[in-house]
Amino acid sequence: MEFDIEHVAKLANLPLDEKHLEILGKQLTETLLYIDRLNEIPTEKVEPTSQVTGLTNVTRDDTVSASLPQEAAVENAPATHNGYIVVDAILEEER
Amino acid sequence: MKLYELTISEASKGLQEKKFSSSELTSACLERIRAVEPKLHAFVTLTEEQALEQAQKADFLLGSGEVRPLLGIPISIKDNFCTSGIRTTASSNVLRNFVPPYDATVVRLITEAGAVSLGKTNMDAFAHGSSTETSDFGASRNPWNIERLPGGSSGGAAVSVAADEAIAAVGSETAGSIRQPAGWCGVVGLKPTYGRVSRYGLIAMASSLDSPGPITKSVEDAALMLEVLAGHDSMDATSSPLPTKPYRKLLKEKRENVTIGISDDYFEGVDPEIVTAVQKALREFERLGHTVKQIKLFDPQYAIAVYTIIQRSEVSSNLARYDGIRYGFGRDAFGEEAQRRIMLGTYSLSAGYYDAYYAKAQKVRTLIVEDFANAFEEVDVVIGPTSPSTALPVGSSKNHPMFGEVSDALLEPSSIAGLPGISICCGFSKELLPIGMQVIGPYFMEDLILNVANQYEQVTEWSNRKPDL
Repeated sequence: MEFDIEHVAKLANLPLDEKHLEILGKQLTETLLYIDRLNEIPTEKVEPTSQVTGLTNVTRDDTVSASLPQEAAVENAPATHNGYIVVDAILEEER
Repeated sequence: MKLYELTISEASKGLQEKKFSSSELTSACLERIRAVEPKLHAFVTLTEEQALEQAQKADFLLGSGEVRPLLGIPISIKDNFCTSGIRTTASSNVLRNFVPPYDATVVRLITEAGAVSLGKTNMDAFAHGSSTETSDFGASRNPWNIERLPGGSSGGAAVSVAADEAIAAVGSETAGSIRQPAGWCGVVGLKPTYGRVSRYGLIAMASSLDSPGPITKSVEDAALMLEVLAGHDSMDATSSPLPTKPYRKLLKEKRENVTIGISDDYFEGVDPEIVTAVQKALREFERLGHTVKQIKLFDPQYAIAVYTIIQRSEVSSNLARYDGIRYGFGRDAFGEEAQRRIMLGTYSLSAGYYDAYYAKAQKVRTLIVEDFANAFEEVDVVIGPTSPSTALPVGSSKNHPMFGEVSDALLEPSSIAGLPGISICCGFSKELLPIGMQVIGPYFMEDLILNVANQYEQVTEWSNRKPDL
C-alpha cells in the first residue's frame, strides 16, 4: 500500500501541515488495509453499478425557465464587483 | 398529555377539531425546546419568529376550512437542507455563514403541505459520521441518557422528535443516517428507496446514495410524511418518475402472511440484549400470522468496505466545490473527519487506483444488489437489528477513523442497493436505552415495510414510552 500523502493532499487541495499529514497518512493506511478485503470477492465477470434504480440518460426539455436573479446568486460571495464574483488572478502577464 | 407530545395524526385531529390552535401547538414546542435544549443541543438554528408567523398563517387557513397534510404541524429540518433566507451550515464551519437563496425541494414540499418550521437540526458535519460528534458546533445528546450519543448523522433530528421538541423531523440518510439515530433514540426512521424523494437542495454527501426521509413518533406519521415528500422532481435527474402510493391509506389494509427473511450474519457480533429483543419481535410477527424464514444474505462486513470506498470517493468529488469563492469559507475550514474522507476519496479516484478501488466497489455493489434481488424472490421483507449496539457513550467516535462505517454495518448493504428501510423501537436494554429493529423491502415497496412495521407497533407499547427529561 504505497502512496505519497503530500501528493494526495495536493490533489485534494487541502492545506495540511506536517503533523496532520502524518496522522492522515496513518489513518489512510489503516482504512486501505480494511477495504482490501474486497479482493477476496471475484468480480472479473461483474458489471459495475452506479445507478441502482435503472434510470439512464435523463434529460430535460431544452426550454428556458426562471432562474435565480443575479443578486441572489452572488449574495453569499465574500467579494463581488458589479454583480460579478471577485477572484484572485491566476494568470501572469507575459514579460 | 402535553401538546408537544402529540404525533402528527393526533395533532392534526386536534387542529381540525379546533381543540387547540397551531399557534398554541407551536408555542408549546418552542417552550419545550427552551426547557430541554440546554441539555440536548438538537438544534443549530432556531427560527422562532418565522415559526410563530407560519403558525398564525396556518390558523387562518384552518379557520377557513383548508385541509393540508401538515397544516399547522411544527417540524424540524436537518441542517443540510437548503432553506431560503435561513442559515444552512450542514454543521460545518465551512458553511457557518451560508444563507441559501432557495429552498430544497423537500423544504418546499413540507411548506406547501402547511408545516411550521421550528429550525435546523444538528448533524455530523457534512453528514460525515454516526454520532453528531463530528459537528463543528458540538455533539447532540441522547434524551434517554445525556451521557450517551444520539447517533447520526441525523442525530439532532432524532433527538428533536424523541424529546418532543418537534412533532416530526426531516432527515437524510446515505447509509444509516436516518435509521441509526432513530434506533438509538427510540423513534421511527424511514429511509425511502433511492430516488423516491428528491435530493435537490440537499447538501450532497455521496450522490449515488443520499436519500431524504422522515423521523417520526409513529409509523403512521412516517407514512403521512412520505406522502408529502415522495415524488418525481425535474430538478433531480436521479429522482424516480414512478408514481407514488397513498402510503397512509395502504397502512389500513393489513398485509397478511408476509414472509420475513432473517440472515445470521445480521445477528453476528450484535449485543445479546438486541438479539433477544429482535427475536422476541419475530415471535410477535409469527403470532400475527406471518412466516419467518432463514435466508443467507451477503456478509455485511464486505458492505462496510464497499460503502467506505463509494462514499469517500463521492465525498471527495462533492466537497471539491467548497473553495470559499462563491459562498462559505475556504478549504482550511474543513474539520478532521471531512479531511480524512476527502483524502481517501481523492486517493481512490486518482490515476492508477480507480479500477482497484471505486470500480471494484461498484462491481461488488452489483453483487449486493443481485443478492437482495434473489432474497426477495424467497421473502417479502428482511428484518434485523438496526445497529449492533444501543447508544454508545459520548466520546466513542473519537480516534476511530471508521466509527460511522462500522456502527452502520447492518444498514450499509440495503443503502448500497438503494432499498427502502424503516427502523422502529422493539424494546429497551437493561440500561433503559431504546433498541432499534429494521425492516427492509424491495425497491419502491415503502408501503409494504410501513405496513409490516405498523402491525408490530399496533401490538406493542414501546412507542408510548417517553424519556425522563
